[in-house]
Amino acid sequence: MDRAERNILTVAIGLLLFFFVLIVYAAKGLKIDLPTCVTNVQPFREGRLIQHAPDRYELHAVARMWFFDFNGGSNEIEIPAGSVVDIYLTSADVVHGMHINGTTVNLMAIPGTVNYARYRFEKPGVYHVVCHEFCGVGHQAMQGKIVVKEVER
Amino acid sequence: MRVEGSVRFIILSEIVFPILLLMFGIYHGVMQVLYRAGIIRADSFLGIDYYQGLTLHGVINAIVFTTFFAVAFGNAVVLYLLKKPLRPGVQWLSWILMVGGTLMAAWAMFTKRATVLYTFYPPLIAHWTFYIGAVLLVVGSLVPFFLDWIPNAVAWKRENPDKKLPLAVFGVFVNHTLWTIMIIPVAIEILFQLFPLSVGWVDKINPLLARTLFWFFGHPVVYFWLLPAYVMLYTMLPKIASDKGKLYSDPAGRLAFILFLLFSLPVGLHHQFTEPGISNSWKLIHAIFTFCVALPSLVTAFTVAASLEYSAKAEDPSVKDSKFYWWTRLPYLRLEGDKWLFSYFFAGLVLFFFGGITGIVNASYSLNLAVHNTAYVPGHFHTTVGGLVLLSFLGMSLYMVSKLRGTDVRFKGLAALAPYFWMQGMFMFSYAMMVGGALEGFPRRTNAGLTYLNPDSPLYRPEWVGYAQLSVVGGALLGIGFVLFLIAFFGTLLAPKVRESVVEFPIAEAYHDAPTPVLNNLKGWTVAAVLLAVLSYIPPLYDVTQRGVFYNSPAYKEQFPVPLKQLQQTQSETKELSMKEER
Repeated sequence: MDRAERNILTVAIGLLLFFFVLIVYAAKGLKIDLPTCVTNVQPFREGRLIQHAPDRYELHAVARMWFFDFNGGSNEIEIPAGSVVDIYLTSADVVHGMHINGTTVNLMAIPGTVNYARYRFEKPGVYHVVCHEFCGVGHQAMQGKIVVKEVER
Repeated sequence: MRVEGSVRFIILSEIVFPILLLMFGIYHGVMQVLYRAGIIRADSFLGIDYYQGLTLHGVINAIVFTTFFAVAFGNAVVLYLLKKPLRPGVQWLSWILMVGGTLMAAWAMFTKRATVLYTFYPPLIAHWTFYIGAVLLVVGSLVPFFLDWIPNAVAWKRENPDKKLPLAVFGVFVNHTLWTIMIIPVAIEILFQLFPLSVGWVDKINPLLARTLFWFFGHPVVYFWLLPAYVMLYTMLPKIASDKGKLYSDPAGRLAFILFLLFSLPVGLHHQFTEPGISNSWKLIHAIFTFCVALPSLVTAFTVAASLEYSAKAEDPSVKDSKFYWWTRLPYLRLEGDKWLFSYFFAGLVLFFFGGITGIVNASYSLNLAVHNTAYVPGHFHTTVGGLVLLSFLGMSLYMVSKLRGTDVRFKGLAALAPYFWMQGMFMFSYAMMVGGALEGFPRRTNAGLTYLNPDSPLYRPEWVGYAQLSVVGGALLGIGFVLFLIAFFGTLLAPKVRESVVEFPIAEAYHDAPTPVLNNLKGWTVAAVLLAVLSYIPPLYDVTQRGVFYNSPAYKEQFPVPLKQLQQTQSETKELSMKEER
């Protein structure tokens, strides 16, 4: 191996290591982590939005062919700005996806399992939710909305 | 080297048959950008549904075309470099399995029995012929490796004990070894989960286990597509760039192939970052290995650039001492001899540069949350498999056809221009998909023209319109590029024969060479690769089977929101009822 090749190998390994350290910092230091294995929640069949405190919510979302059930069959929920929402997601039939556009909430819904993410909705506005995994002929119409309302203090 | 009879027919048909199918695959690629932008606002067009066409686009372009090409290329490389005849019996067996399997799966897809997309995630289920067809295709593609290439290499080694296996053969062998290993998990998924569910032997399966087994195959397979292209970059591109061209370093090539063998397998979880049921520490470990597999590509980037520099300077000594001007001496668009082939590799390499960078984004753990399943992902892989892989395969297909048929390459100018149309189209398409996906959340795999990009729909999302329209322009250029290629391809295929049929490749010698006994021990590295893959997959497989191997998801068809079994029951009950009423 000549000198140029040794150099390029060192630079390549160094670059990849640098990227990797940043990733670990983002995940563990800044706490932008991926969904993990949730075993203490049983898969549920109905969507519910539960309020625990003025700005603390728990969302049980059910994805099914071809709509999101966020709360008693509705695909639209309303929460005040600044709310922290614990999102639990499951699927009642096939594999679905749930991406809240403009946020880091990007989850797969797989039957028999429960997925989990936590997100703080700071900015008021309409957050569109789309299903991003092919789930049958109605897939392109499977969506929902999270309306985040401004709160007057 | 002369070839005749059935071996010639088999190699030739393994190139022509998938290109005939690819014509449909790319036609539907162009259709998809029209659907997504709302130019075609319908479920189907000319009898093909959007999602049915998407399934065909993925399966034909990414599985059928690539597998057939890898076998045809492997046959030709092994035949030419080892100079040992291939066994017609083995070749026919492989040909019948591959063509038969492809026709079975194609029947299922064209008759709307297998609209499950290229990833066939259960509990959506297809007709059993789709699954068995896929198994026959991959089994057929392994037959020549075990019954033809390995015995020939063993015999060659006995006659040449002091020589190392030629680099191109070495690369082909690494690739098929990798292919053999990765097929095992997907074969388990198909034969023990999907096939029994599809024919009704079991009622329920565990979809998360199926996904994990699928991605155990589904990421390594991209290296199975890529390695034949790398073989060409290392061993042929320098010779095409200049007759005096040389490969910069032979050991670097072998090192890159061995690194691929090791790190291609323990990476599948980076497709499942956003998935429940798998501990995120294992996702992080697979992210590390995905970074490791970027290493051989970075080594290749250096070696290819160094080889091109050597070749350009050998061709034109006036740039010998220049650091940068040698770039201007490469045959970007030249028609003498085989130089037209250079434009395929060059356009492919330019696209692949972006494919590599965007791939590192995908692998970057929590960054994946911003892009997972958005249009960013197809934007990325169209610059890899739809960039370097496709262009080098098309270029080499045309080259091999002209040698095997003994004809001159016709419409050389169009053949040399086609990859640049393709490159420009792919830039526009991928840019639109990537930016629209990563910044605005435009989803992949969605017939968006019906809803999100339909101004009359309550679901209209105006922020996606510009990206969808730009992707239409890209798609149109891609279509034009492919048509230019087809003109040259069929022109060459049907041209009158002017010399004898041969198998021949422009193989470059190595500039730096050294004995590499450690790297050449393919058996040892294979064992290490299998161990690493198994170890990295035991914990996630434990995670996903905690609720049971046959956990409770019944099968569904994509048209109905009720389980298939329930649907069939209701259908038979209504039939009975109506028969009773008739009486």
